[in-house]
Order: sequence, then C-alpha cells, then structure tokens
Amino acid sequence: MLLETVNLTKKFGGLTAVDDVSFSVEKGKINAIIGPNGAGKSTFFNLVSGYYPPTSGQVFFKGEEITRLPSNKIARLGIARTFQTTNLFERATVLDNIIVGNRLRTQSNLWDAILRTPRLKREEQKCLDKAYEVLDFVNLTNHAHSVVENLTQEEKKRVAFALALATEPELVFLDEPAAGVNPDETEGLAELMKKMVDHGITVCLIEHKMQMIMSIAENIMVLNFGKKIAEGTPEDIMNDEEVIKAYLGGERHAEVK
Amino acid sequence: MSRLLLNKRFALSGLLLLVLVLPLITSNAYMIRILILTFIWTIAVYGLNLLAGYTGYLSLAHAGFFALGAYTLAILTVTVGLSYWLAFILTLVFTSIVGALIGMIALRTREHFFAIYTLCVGYIIYLIIYNWEGMTGGVRGFIGIPSPGSIGPLEFNSQISNYYLVLFFLVLTIVVIYRIVHSLQGRTFMAIRNSEDLAKTIGISTTKNKLIAFILSTFFAGLAGALFASFTRFIGPEISNITMTFDFLVYLLIGGIGTLSGPVIGTFIIVWISQELQFLQDYRMLVFGPILVILIIFAPRGISGFIIDWNLKRKAKKQQIESMKDMENNQEVKEG
Repeated sequence: MLLETVNLTKKFGGLTAVDDVSFSVEKGKINAIIGPNGAGKSTFFNLVSGYYPPTSGQVFFKGEEITRLPSNKIARLGIARTFQTTNLFERATVLDNIIVGNRLRTQSNLWDAILRTPRLKREEQKCLDKAYEVLDFVNLTNHAHSVVENLTQEEKKRVAFALALATEPELVFLDEPAAGVNPDETEGLAELMKKMVDHGITVCLIEHKMQMIMSIAENIMVLNFGKKIAEGTPEDIMNDEEVIKAYLGGERHAEVK
Repeated sequence: MSRLLLNKRFALSGLLLLVLVLPLITSNAYMIRILILTFIWTIAVYGLNLLAGYTGYLSLAHAGFFALGAYTLAILTVTVGLSYWLAFILTLVFTSIVGALIGMIALRTREHFFAIYTLCVGYIIYLIIYNWEGMTGGVRGFIGIPSPGSIGPLEFNSQISNYYLVLFFLVLTIVVIYRIVHSLQGRTFMAIRNSEDLAKTIGISTTKNKLIAFILSTFFAGLAGALFASFTRFIGPEISNITMTFDFLVYLLIGGIGTLSGPVIGTFIIVWISQELQFLQDYRMLVFGPILVILIIFAPRGISGFIIDWNLKRKAKKQQIESMKDMENNQEVKEG
C-alpha cells in the first residue's frame, strides 16, 4: 500500500464533494477511480495532491501523514499529477516545458544564476538529461523542439506525462488522461501507463472510458455523490449492484424485462 | 543558427560601441541628458519585466519603489549625511526589504487583485512622500542631492562621467537579468507565469519564487531611483505618481513584455518619439494612444516579441520545406 486515505471528507459550504472516503492505492499497480460526472473524483485528486486541504480525514504516503502539506512539498516526496487540461505552456517548445520538471531535485538558487556557478551548470545539464530521458520514455524525442501548440491532443497528453515523470515520482495521478483522445490513440496511452508500472511507478487515474479502465486497471474505486460505493478488481466492479444502479440509474432486472 | 547567433553578437557589440563613443562624438548636452534618463528608465523597466513579464504578476507600485529608492538616497546623503556609496548600498538594501514586506502581503492576491493591491501601495507611497514634509520636503521637493561620490580616481561631477556610470549600471542590469532569465531560476519564474497550479504540482514553491521575483523588481526600481536622484539632484513627489508606473508599463508593452530586449527597445523608441513630438505638448498622447491599441491587437508581445515570433515562424516553415524536400528525394531514390 503506497498511499492511503482515511475517512477523507471535503465540504464546499453545504455540498459534500468527497464524503468519508477510505481508499488505498496499491503499489506497483494501475489504480483507477471512476464514477459519474460530479461524483467527486477530481476533488479527491485535489485533496490527495494537496491542492486544497480536506475538511476532515487523513492522507498517508508510505506511512507518513501528508494531509495538510502544500502540493509542492507533496511533489517532492514523490507524488506527481497531471491535469485534465494539460496546462502546458503552448507557445514554448516541448523541451522548454519539460526541463523545469526536474527543478525540484536541484539546489541552485538566484545567486547561482547570477554568478553562473558550476553547480548551476551541472544542474542545468542534469535537468536537460532528465528531460530527454522522459521524452524518450513517452516516445516524443523527435518532437523535443516542436512548439506545444502544434502538437495533437494525444501528444500533448504525452508531454504532460513526461513533465510529471521528470519530477522522479513513485506515484503518478492522472486526471482523465484519455479525455479528448481518439480510441486508437487511447490504446497508446494505456500502453504508456503499463510501461510506467513496469518501471516501478505506481499509477492512479480518473477515467470515463470504461473499456480502457476495465482492461488496464487492477484496483478500482467507484465514487457516487462523493461516497465510495465499491472497490475491487474489474470483475467485482462489473458485477456490483450498486455500481450498475449508479451508472444505469435503475435496478438490475430492469434490463431483463 | 550559428550565423544568426554571430550576427546577434556582432549587432550587440556594435550597439555597445556606439553608446560608448557617443559622448565623444556629440557635444549635444541635451541629448546626453535624455540618454542618461533613458538608461535609468530602462533599468526600472527591466525590474518590472522580471515580475510582470517573466513571473506574470503585474505590479502597479513600480513608480512607488522607484521613488522610494530616490528619496531614501536623498535622505541618507543629505539629512543623515552618509557618504554617497554607503548611502547607495543602504538604499538598495532598504528598498529590497520594503519590497519583501509588501510582497509578502501583496502576493497573497492574484491577477487583477494583485494589480489593484499594488496600485494602492503605489498610491500610499505617493501620499506619504507628498505629505511627510519634514522628511521629504513634500510638494516642494527635495533639493541638493549630491552627485555620485568619487571612487578612487573616478569622479562623477560632469555629465559625461555620469553617462558612463549610468551606462555601467544598465549593462550590469542587463547581464544580471540575462543570466537570471537563462537559468533554472528563470525557468522557475516562467513556470509560475505559465500556470501556477502546474508549477506547484511539479514541486516549485510558488510563494518563495514569487517573492524573489518581487524583491528583484523592487531592487531594480530602487537602483534606478537612486541613480535618478543623484543625476537630477532634485526630486519631487510626482516621480512616485501612478502616471510614472504607466509610463514604465507602456515602455515595456511596446518593447515587448517578457522578452529580454523589450525594455531597451521600448524605452528608447518611446522616449525618442516623445522627444520628436515635443511640439504637440500634451496632445502627444493622441499619437501614443492609437499606437498602443494597434500594437496590443497585432503584436501583443511588443516589437521584440513580434520579431521573435516572426523568426520562429520562418524557421518552422524552412524546416517544413526541408523535410518535404527530403521526402521527395527519398521517393526519387526509390523510383530510381
């Protein structure tokens, strides 16, 4: 168990977006969170990655409590995330977007910059090497010098993955990685996620594309109206009464009739 | 690519040589005076560019910090009676400390709230200078500020020596800014400008880095202010006025916000045009207004940004043509 939430709750005024959710992300697997629109999936991500603090409950990463840490400190511990909208700097090249990804593993400061110290040069080279390494990982080396706005949606997602990987994470949260990407390309992204797991990086994703989730995820949690309604393997989830009800809005025998 | 770099280097050295020998070939004291003032504005605009252009936080208190530098130098040299260079260094330290304190509060806001907040800070600095007559001379202004003290054999009594002194600080500013922008620190600033949320998730402490950018911007504003005070020897509260901030901002926008050469280009062009349009007096604004509007519409990143984008496009086109040629060649080989 790499990351664990205990009774995590987030209230926005009268609305409980995430309600008493206890979930654990299993190490070395592809974990997934699914649920209808507005079920609280993104809010859950935002709580875990420190984007905003929970109303109550706790988050543990490798047994250490990270509940109220700011997101930049959480990133340093080894948790990366991507956004639904990739948030990349569209007018810059792919490489320029990614170099800064390894910044959190460097020490050089303003004085190093002004005095051009050997440490700065060394660390800049390190960031550059890291950028090429992760670009190679996501198969975008030939696009290193392309401007991001000229890339396809799928390539942009890969760049976002690469940026997350440049932070040298142990756990990566992917918020709807396949949104706006066609089915063929979705397969490529799924392959990429498997590749991450093969390289020892645990993945946790939010996704709407059921087929993709059921084929790659090993551990799934289903949220509905902020509450966890099911957790388990794809088979468990597919046969769960409450999940079917949440998705189809009726009882199971309704489809038999 | 290397030819372009060589051309750039050649052009830069030529430009530097020109400004170095200019006082020797012209005896036009008025022109030298305008040039010195332009250098000083440029230093201030560089400070603004680092914060607004590279970090994405538009501060409207810039003239306030410029005036803070000018008045601190005046008070330290005249009222307190410190030696010039000690006062000069203390001025830079003091402006940066005030910048840090204000930055800590101001940076809790974002976007237009930040602009409004700093607008108020600038106005408060103006009001303090205007009303604290005992210290600042109020509306009468502050008279009798000494020119820069001599360093060893170097004296700065004449206009020409002041020209070289200010030029030295301008070049120093450009070198420092260049190094910051082209470093991991600069990339960190740009990551914040691009998306603060994304910057945080890749482990960047936005609070710390925004504060660094803010302090740097006040540092350069203070530097420009101190140089201004000792060059003009007389300062009034109008230098902290909001119109001054907007002057800086217009220089930056026309030159190119978030570009390295923008501050120099914008400041020189606008100062030069407004000199040429002196005969129009206050109606000059009727010329500037439309120019600014047209520029914002067609070249939102100013003159410098326009040239950079144009070059990029040309390069991309060239690459496309080359790759198409490659493909044709390959086909010919196959067919042959």
